[in-house]
Amino acid sequence: MKLFKNNKTAPLLASPYIAWALIFILVPLAMVIYYGVTNASGSFTFDNIAMITEPGYLKALGRSVLLAFISTLVCFILAYPLGMILSSMKLARNTYLVTLFILPMWMNFLLRTLTWMTLLEGKGVINTVLEFMHLPPIHIINTSGAIVLGMVYNFLPFMILPIYNSLSRIDDNIINAARDLGADSLQTFLRITLPLSVPGIISGITMVFIPALTTFAISTMLGGSKILLIGNIIEQQFTQVYDWHLGSGLSIVLMIFILINMIIERLADTEGGVLG
Amino acid sequence: MGKDLITLEHISKSYDGHVVLDDLNLSIYENSFVTLLGPSGCGKTTTLRIIGGFEKPDQGKVIFDGKDITDMAPNKRQLNTVFQKYALFTHMNIAENIAFGLKIKNKPDSYIKDKIKYALKLVNLDGYEKRMPDSLSGGQQQRIAIARAIVNEPKVLLLDEPLGALDLKLRQDMQYELKRLKEELGITFIYVTHDQEEALTMSDHIVVMNQGYIQQEGSPEKIYNEPENAFVADFIGDSNIIRSTMIRDELVEILGARFACVDKGFGENKPVDVVIRPEDIVLVPPEEGTLEGVVTGLTFKGVHYEMDVEAGGFEWLVHSTRLSEVGTRVGIKVDPFDIQIMNVPLSEDEEAISETV
Repeated sequence: MKLFKNNKTAPLLASPYIAWALIFILVPLAMVIYYGVTNASGSFTFDNIAMITEPGYLKALGRSVLLAFISTLVCFILAYPLGMILSSMKLARNTYLVTLFILPMWMNFLLRTLTWMTLLEGKGVINTVLEFMHLPPIHIINTSGAIVLGMVYNFLPFMILPIYNSLSRIDDNIINAARDLGADSLQTFLRITLPLSVPGIISGITMVFIPALTTFAISTMLGGSKILLIGNIIEQQFTQVYDWHLGSGLSIVLMIFILINMIIERLADTEGGVLG
Repeated sequence: MGKDLITLEHISKSYDGHVVLDDLNLSIYENSFVTLLGPSGCGKTTTLRIIGGFEKPDQGKVIFDGKDITDMAPNKRQLNTVFQKYALFTHMNIAENIAFGLKIKNKPDSYIKDKIKYALKLVNLDGYEKRMPDSLSGGQQQRIAIARAIVNEPKVLLLDEPLGALDLKLRQDMQYELKRLKEELGITFIYVTHDQEEALTMSDHIVVMNQGYIQQEGSPEKIYNEPENAFVADFIGDSNIIRSTMIRDELVEILGARFACVDKGFGENKPVDVVIRPEDIVLVPPEEGTLEGVVTGLTFKGVHYEMDVEAGGFEWLVHSTRLSEVGTRVGIKVDPFDIQIMNVPLSEDEEAISETV
């Protein structure tokens, strides 16, 4: 790390990143904002952003928030115990298991979602098996449930890894110290383990909630065209309606939404840290 | 020395087939400062963790105040631990750290407040209530760890190499502080360390361990002056350990020269190990010594000179305040009561133990 603290070489070493950030983050962001606050004739307007109040769009945003929230919650409920099991295991064995959880991420995201489509379809793999066993078929494809399932499946690793990381960083002796001072297992968990893993929980929530809120691929494939999320609406503006101004305006709304969420999470993090 | 507070009976423990403790028996008296001393891997920390309840022995019993606590959870035991790397709760401030055990026990707020004040005063850190652990130095964190343990009024305080991470000066200060704390609190301290100086400075009773066995236990003076085997002699301080022959009672032949000693009962013409501390060797003119040699090495150590003396085919380590230059011919003289005779290891177990030295 000493090398990078040298004041003279630091800007030089950072220059590739600065260039990258400029071209791929700042310029696109500036373009989105430009399109968002202008109309077709190029004059300044807030109309695009205000369009979010249209009932159809508002409903899509509400649905997106709800489904993202449910998915994040399910991910958390599944990931926390898994993270605890992983962090309590011996290193050799848990590396193997962590790899198992990451393995699906090596496959293309669209491909994996497409697989769920063939599994869940009306005459898909699951229903064929059910029919063979003389069990009633399930109708899950093209419902909100299918979207949540897709989100949880795709984003679960992003919740497990940060939680596992923060849990495995807790020194065994901290837990022993709590036990030593009279705390039973539950008290130790609530007062020590849980608060110390808050940073992992926060980054897990961020890493699941944001992609879940903005996704349009999962809802397109598993929700059919019946259930529109805000991501689908924005996508349509760019790829079908060709109204870049409206698309950008709605994107800005979504960005503001995410920003507010991150601020709330940050506040919860620091408060969690102090209150324990 | 008072009554037994903790008794370990036939404790055995192994991890993955590797034996850490083998049939360990140990009694710890009430209100004593007991140190478990030994090199890493000797089983001292495991012994402490078994007393604390963080490990279960494979065999044997832990008796605390007359009751069998072998299967009791750590949170039910009347003892507290100060961990190696402090193990403070980093998400709580100092006051909350110290209050942790008391809050669990639902003590009233006013009582907790008084206790925090008292404990911080005891460890010389008044006014640190609102600080966070990360903002404290290693020495300060260690004192907080001690404060956090003692507010619970344990009968026994377990300390697992608590000074290991501190620098030398601070470590020495803390040794005296711990000794003072022990006197002030009037409770039993069980202290684990690999540092023989720490053990000698603080303890009432030292238990020297190696490879899961107790090598010797006794007062610091006894351990230092009368080591029972080569391992103890070598581990505690510097020493010259020489395979010799006991000619008869009170006479031993070391490297071909006969020295008067005070030990009896080793038989006649029997092989023995002799321990002579470097500071007990007197260098005299060659004709006056029992053994003749030449100085081959010299190091100034501040308090004394450290000299290597080649005599009788053995390199003697000699500490003296009087300088003998390299190349000087000298005589080696040792007072009879400074010669410590030990039995040569007999069984294979004992052999294994001393081979690791």
